[in-house]
Amino acid sequence: MEKIELIKKVNEVLAEEFEKEVEELSPEKNIKQTLELDSLSLVDMVALIENEFGVKIPSADLVKVQTFEQLYDYLAERVK
Amino acid sequence: MKRVVITGMGIYSCLGYSLDEVRQSLWDGKSGIVFDPERKEMGFRSALTAKLDVPELKKELSRAQRAYMPEQAKYAYCATVEALRNAKIDQDYLDRHDVGLLYGNDSSADPTVRAVDRIREKKDTTLCGSGAIFQSMNSTVTMNLGTIFRLRGINLTVSGACASGAHAIGLGALLIQTGLQDMIVCGGAQEVNPFSIGSFDGISAFSIREDEPTKASRPFDRDRDGLVPGGGAATVIIEEYEHAVKRGAPILAEVLGYGFSANGDHISSPNVEGPSKSLRMAIERAGIDIREIGYINAHATSTHVGDTNEAKAIYNVFGDQKVEVTSTKSQTGHEMWMAGASEVIYSMLMMKNDFIAANLNFENPDEDSAKLLIPNKRISKHFDTFLSNSFGFGGTNATLIVRNL
Repeated sequence: MEKIELIKKVNEVLAEEFEKEVEELSPEKNIKQTLELDSLSLVDMVALIENEFGVKIPSADLVKVQTFEQLYDYLAERVK
Repeated sequence: MKRVVITGMGIYSCLGYSLDEVRQSLWDGKSGIVFDPERKEMGFRSALTAKLDVPELKKELSRAQRAYMPEQAKYAYCATVEALRNAKIDQDYLDRHDVGLLYGNDSSADPTVRAVDRIREKKDTTLCGSGAIFQSMNSTVTMNLGTIFRLRGINLTVSGACASGAHAIGLGALLIQTGLQDMIVCGGAQEVNPFSIGSFDGISAFSIREDEPTKASRPFDRDRDGLVPGGGAATVIIEEYEHAVKRGAPILAEVLGYGFSANGDHISSPNVEGPSKSLRMAIERAGIDIREIGYINAHATSTHVGDTNEAKAIYNVFGDQKVEVTSTKSQTGHEMWMAGASEVIYSMLMMKNDFIAANLNFENPDEDSAKLLIPNKRISKHFDTFLSNSFGFGGTNATLIVRNL
């Protein structure tokens, strides 16, 4: 999957699940703040990513994925 | 002992999604029962069920709030919003007082089954999502309503099988009578999805009159062949009398008596002694003469042994003192964990509007129901006191007596 295509899909699935407009999501923004995630809904984001992209983000990696840009990069390296 | 009054009601049932709609359905003798082809495909012996839509609530609640709510919690939310509004209680009031919450619920199968399926298939618990645990627990209704409405009094789920809703109201009344709480949100909720009652279907408890869904639930009728599962939620706001007067609340009725007992007998077959004891206890605690009771809302679910033994219990207590007895389950099917609360509301709607809804499909009595006065057509009647029975698996019994105010 091309990275631009990946970014588009990531934004679409996150926006739909967490009831935001796609335009609200931008690379430099903090994921938790933008999607208003608490510790529980963060679990839903991890499950969503795993279901949609087949990539499991372990807890140890999750702390390094703070912005959307970091999430795009993380997935781009792992999505087959 | 302090007096306990009802100051608000709300309902979400197969007869309607508001008190007005439900009152009209009771008046019209509408049945909420349908044939559900999906159940047949799943291997159900009986595909009959009450039909109601799961409310979306996207406008009312945040995504995070909805994520923890199974269907019955959503029904309970709708019923509670209506009940609080009718009781003239707003969020500011709830934030400034310690309001309790006692709700009947005895299963949450759908989210449990889905989570287990996911674990088995994927071998990864994270994929269950954050909502599964909160949706799966028996206390899901009270934990959801308690956090949504920010309630800070007692917070408990009452699991007493098909008497759960009645026990919730009865136990709430005791807490108010003894001064431990001024106001409690009480009620009962019941999920309607096929998973929740598949195993119940498996013990041949349901009517198989699938070609005539609206005639399948026929409490007390000679030719009844089992119950029809239903569901939804019903909320009753109960309050200490002086407290209600002081805040200018709409005082609708008084909870006069709560009787309870257990059969200590078979796990599914009810007896006569247990229910009779519950009836007598409620009457004694209400401190009234049975002649004051103008209507009995029976538990009668349309099963052979259940209806027979309840008819015997009622006759044991009332003898030849004839009073109208009906089972609103003839319209709704068996609302199980919700029934004790919803049937108080159905009875209240009838009491406030001077009628008794028809016991649908009561065409021929059997030996025991012939001794009772069971109208199969709607009748006009003014009454000021009713008695409502709720009995459940394991032999748990509850009886409530309510008086008009």
